[in-house]
Amino acid sequence: MKTTLLLLLQTLRIAIPYLFAASGGVLAERAGIVSLTLEGFMLSGAFCATLGSFYFDSPWVGVLFGLLGGAAFGALHAVATIRFKADQIVSAVAINLMVVGLTRFFLRLAFDSSSNSPRVAGFGSDGNAGMLATFENPLIWLGIVVMPALAWVISRTRFGLRVRAVGEKPEAATTLGVSVNRIRYGAVIASGALAALGGCYLALDQHQFTDQMTAGRGFIALAAVIFGRWTPVRAGIACLLFAFAEAIQIQVQGAGVLPSQFVSMIPYVLTLVALAGVVGRAVPPAALGRAEG
Amino acid sequence: MNVMTRTALEEGVLPTLTALLVALVAGDLLILSYGQAPGEVWRLMLSGTWGNAYGIGQVLYKATTLVFTGLSVAIGLRAGLFNIGAESQLAAGGFCAGALGLLLPAGITPWLAIPMCLLAAMIGGALVGFIPGVLRARFGAHEVIATIMLNFIVLAFLNWAISATGLAVKETLHTPAVASSAIPRLAAYVPMFHGSAANGTILVALLTVVIVAWLLFRSRFGFELRAVGLQPLAAESAGIRVPRIWITAMVLGGAVAGLGGANFVLGYKNYFEDGFSGGAGFLGIAVALVGRNNPFGVLLAALFFATLSQGGLAIHALVPKQMVEVLEGIVILAVAVSVPEVRRLLRARPVKTVVAAPVQA
Repeated sequence: MKTTLLLLLQTLRIAIPYLFAASGGVLAERAGIVSLTLEGFMLSGAFCATLGSFYFDSPWVGVLFGLLGGAAFGALHAVATIRFKADQIVSAVAINLMVVGLTRFFLRLAFDSSSNSPRVAGFGSDGNAGMLATFENPLIWLGIVVMPALAWVISRTRFGLRVRAVGEKPEAATTLGVSVNRIRYGAVIASGALAALGGCYLALDQHQFTDQMTAGRGFIALAAVIFGRWTPVRAGIACLLFAFAEAIQIQVQGAGVLPSQFVSMIPYVLTLVALAGVVGRAVPPAALGRAEG
Repeated sequence: MNVMTRTALEEGVLPTLTALLVALVAGDLLILSYGQAPGEVWRLMLSGTWGNAYGIGQVLYKATTLVFTGLSVAIGLRAGLFNIGAESQLAAGGFCAGALGLLLPAGITPWLAIPMCLLAAMIGGALVGFIPGVLRARFGAHEVIATIMLNFIVLAFLNWAISATGLAVKETLHTPAVASSAIPRLAAYVPMFHGSAANGTILVALLTVVIVAWLLFRSRFGFELRAVGLQPLAAESAGIRVPRIWITAMVLGGAVAGLGGANFVLGYKNYFEDGFSGGAGFLGIAVALVGRNNPFGVLLAALFFATLSQGGLAIHALVPKQMVEVLEGIVILAVAVSVPEVRRLLRARPVKTVVAAPVQA
């Protein structure tokens, strides 16, 4: 019983950053903008959150800084791809590279370190203090509701309807008087802020920033978006599934059941399988990657 | 020079110049934020790279790998495919070259061992390129996502292959060094390169540039490949088998990236080491982009990015070397932004035409 509970809690803790990033991914991709940037958004969120928390000694200021950092890079991606019609994939590659460089550069500048920041104010007590300590972190609660909330926004609100229209048939949206670009700007900037929350969670949970601390989580989140076929609820379930596989791997570590490298492949293999259409084809939004309008 | 070629030239060169200018300004700001003098840092970057033989050797070594990964991405883009998988293709190529070197009998002549290992590197990279090619051609799976996912899968697999199977030297993540398949360092012939990692793989790189250029622009296959890249539907109705071209382009791109593994594995360390690719595959995207998908442009762009990365080490005493990672990102973004913008501005420019004076009645 105790191990099962521990496993589920661990799954939840691992899933929270995925849930935030994947929600950003769903939003941007549904509006037609490719979300290879999630990794960079998350990392910028983690670093800015650490900066904010360090200088103001408050995790909430950290969250605010993180949101702003992610939104800023979201805006950069939006301006490059929408205003200047830069290739969305190239822009994303550039932004991911730039964020890694910038966080390392300013890590040296602000904290004179090449690997990590000093300890900052964060959420919850120390690392693995106890199972229930997990829930002292308010971002956990936010992470749990983010996907259902996004599902509501996308399927029930005016903004959500417009996001879907802009991602599926921008010409039709234009005809109805919807500003395609304005919706896309909104979606991509919000996507940056959402993904950045995932980074905030990581940094404030560990009470510090470490170099490249997102470690590819943005790409796992992207895998979840695709595996979840671009719908919030399914993407959320995919996040939990990927996190569950990781949690199991941590539990059975050393038991020699399956090498950890093979467990780490699971999200990527499942995504390839989903893309190839072995179990129900994953069909992306029709206007994904096209920045006209 | 007529109007057409002038526009084409401007479209080719202006974005790169713009990007360099933006990077220079951004670099100045970063340097100033660190309290150093930009002029001094840039001078140090130049003297640490092209100012001495060791620096030149290191730039050439780094450029060699980038030529291969840049060509790999460029081949894909010419076929209309975005190959983000050069990183794992490079790693797989290096692994196969290193593994075959271990399997070959110890006394084998380098004249046999080196070509066989180069071939193994190509096969390793080609296999990794083949998978997204087939997924795209047969199932319509987007190659960007497929290659990204495959990067993680292949790198995890190689990590397992080196750490769990007893291939590696104890307490390390690299195989034992193999002498028979070692490609000689340039320093063996030109003493002034002493200490730098530049090696004979650079000749393979130059040869590959020429072959890829011929293949793309002078062969029937290259013509078909470019046709598919420009307009797959038109190419298909002209009788070109588009899926076959997609698979071949990915296999070829994979093979070229895999060949790049030879630079580290055969030419520098003489062993395969986990994680040796170190981002050179991703930088290949930047190289292809700045080189405008032209093999000779790729060569120049590889030298530029190699200079930046070696220059980062040279300036580290004054400014953190991570500055160059920021600059790389800025160059990529600036090129990506200015290519369509420059084209738009040039095309919108009023065409000066001579209008005949109205005939007086």
